[in-house]
Amino acid sequence: MQPSSSRPKREGSPWTGLWAVFFKEMADHLSSTRMRILEVLILLSAVGAIYAGAQTLRQTISEDPFLLLRVFTAAQDPLPSFVAFLSFFLPLAAIALGFDAINGEYSRNTLSRILAQPIYRDALLWGKFLAGLATLALILLALFLLVVGLGLIFLGVPPSSEEVARALLFLLATLAYTGVWLGIALVASVLFRSAATSALAAIAVWLFFALFWGIIAQLLAQAVAPFDPFDPQSELRQTEALLAFSRLSPNTLYAEAIQALLNPGVRSLGPVLISQLEGALLGAPLPLGQSFLLAWPQLTGLIALTLLLFALAYVLFQRREVRA
Amino acid sequence: MVIETQGLTKRYGKVVAVDNLELRIEAGEVYGLLGPNGSGKTTTILMLLGLTEPSAGNVRVLGLDPAREPLSLKRQVGYLPDSVGFYGEMTAWENLAYIARLNGLPQALAKARIEQVLERMGLAEVAQRPVSAFSRGMRQRLGLAEVLLKEPKVVILDEPTLGLDPEAAQEFLQMIRGLKAEGITVLLSSHLLHQVQAICDRVGLFHKGKLVLEGRVEELAQRVLGGAYRIRLEATPLEGLAEQLQALPEVSRVQADAQGLRLEARQDIRPQVARAVLEAGAALQSLLLERPSLDEVYARYFQEVRHAA
Repeated sequence: MQPSSSRPKREGSPWTGLWAVFFKEMADHLSSTRMRILEVLILLSAVGAIYAGAQTLRQTISEDPFLLLRVFTAAQDPLPSFVAFLSFFLPLAAIALGFDAINGEYSRNTLSRILAQPIYRDALLWGKFLAGLATLALILLALFLLVVGLGLIFLGVPPSSEEVARALLFLLATLAYTGVWLGIALVASVLFRSAATSALAAIAVWLFFALFWGIIAQLLAQAVAPFDPFDPQSELRQTEALLAFSRLSPNTLYAEAIQALLNPGVRSLGPVLISQLEGALLGAPLPLGQSFLLAWPQLTGLIALTLLLFALAYVLFQRREVRA
Repeated sequence: MVIETQGLTKRYGKVVAVDNLELRIEAGEVYGLLGPNGSGKTTTILMLLGLTEPSAGNVRVLGLDPAREPLSLKRQVGYLPDSVGFYGEMTAWENLAYIARLNGLPQALAKARIEQVLERMGLAEVAQRPVSAFSRGMRQRLGLAEVLLKEPKVVILDEPTLGLDPEAAQEFLQMIRGLKAEGITVLLSSHLLHQVQAICDRVGLFHKGKLVLEGRVEELAQRVLGGAYRIRLEATPLEGLAEQLQALPEVSRVQADAQGLRLEARQDIRPQVARAVLEAGAALQSLLLERPSLDEVYARYFQEVRHAA
């Protein structure tokens, strides 16, 4: 390409056709069989979790000022809590919606036909990403309302405005977390030509963070900050190193964010020294603003990770040859 | 000049897919980009549409630069890829409606145009069926319907007859021919030379990324095959006929094969040949003037290139 000094800018808006792509993809998602399967799975798990949670909560109703939030977090063996269900299922749902976003267009031979229309590649990728995110937000909102409604029926106590605000922030954090996994699926769909490989790769990443990252973070922390029995500071250093490593995982970020948002009693997400607790009223709830501040770095981390993954998919896709 | 390239080159690593291509196509022409698979036809087409960036050189389509002004270019240029795919679970109508939305057509106009192009391609009855049930020929026609949806000035077709049975291919080629009547410039690529030669005004023959021969089919035949008229005849008995015909003044070559004789002559001398055959006492069964075929031109050209090398 010859370097010309007066190269005009690319004409028109990169968003041309974005909404056409968005609505088409959204319609595809909502009518697809895989969506039906996901809906059934998520619905069953939500109802199960809430029912079990409500059973335990009934005994403590009069003592707890944040009953609605407990509905999300209460667990009863053998069923995990609603939050635990979400952090387990939503990555799978996001991967299911995103793993064949781009390679599916290749395998159906539709990509060159679509890109021959007057749109930029930006619109296609953004449209697909936003449609996936909107679909997931729709499931999430439905699920959330279902759970809140069921909680009301089972427990019979209306939530306070602060509880509702916390619950909505929790919803936002969950959406950001889902966005990360949608981003991972999107990157996989650009990287791998075969949809099966792409799905497998995205699930491998999910398994890696869900199962192995905790162990690896522990090993890394031990290597970086070895524990010295004669130096009490070294223990703190190791704990902090472990925390830093495990926060590289979106799962940890999400878990910490919702811990701060759903449990007003949580004052710190890291190690707390005795000296820092001086004068503190233990167990007294933090105001909403303070809890939000506590979860702020985790929230921004999740959103930044989503954007980073999308940018990666974008760069990879822009350089891809149209021809399969 | 509707399509114009200067020194257009595309390299994939060390492989040169398109080498210094100079292409000029005028308004209203049907131009055939012909050559074997892997000779750089599709790469050229992708560069014309701005779907692949050239390694060097300039492209202008309708005076627009595909890399810098792709939107206004693609609004006026229709493209039918070689293995066209549709969203199988959507109906023909829905597939076209999606494309109409991507082109920013207002809804009422889109509806009217979709009906019109489906009717024209003979797909009106299957408009509400999912495309997954369509045959190869129907998909190809749906592809052409989609191209016509934006009322293009230029249509680029990559291997339009690939995978079609001969009848469907002929029908499809006639549809393409019909575009010319509307003043649409058509660029089509194919490796099936004999199939498309009838509908092309001009052809360019590709070989290893280079445009080696270009012009009207008859011109090329004249140039490569030495301006010969080829006459095929069948007669019984054949014995001794070859020598007698060879003696005719305009005949340059006589070849015998299992069915009959093949003459190369400097003029159309069918009457003289007929008379000669009858005078020799043989029964004349058929006498044909063969149209020069592009396959022959291509084969002969590369024979000569190889001999020269």
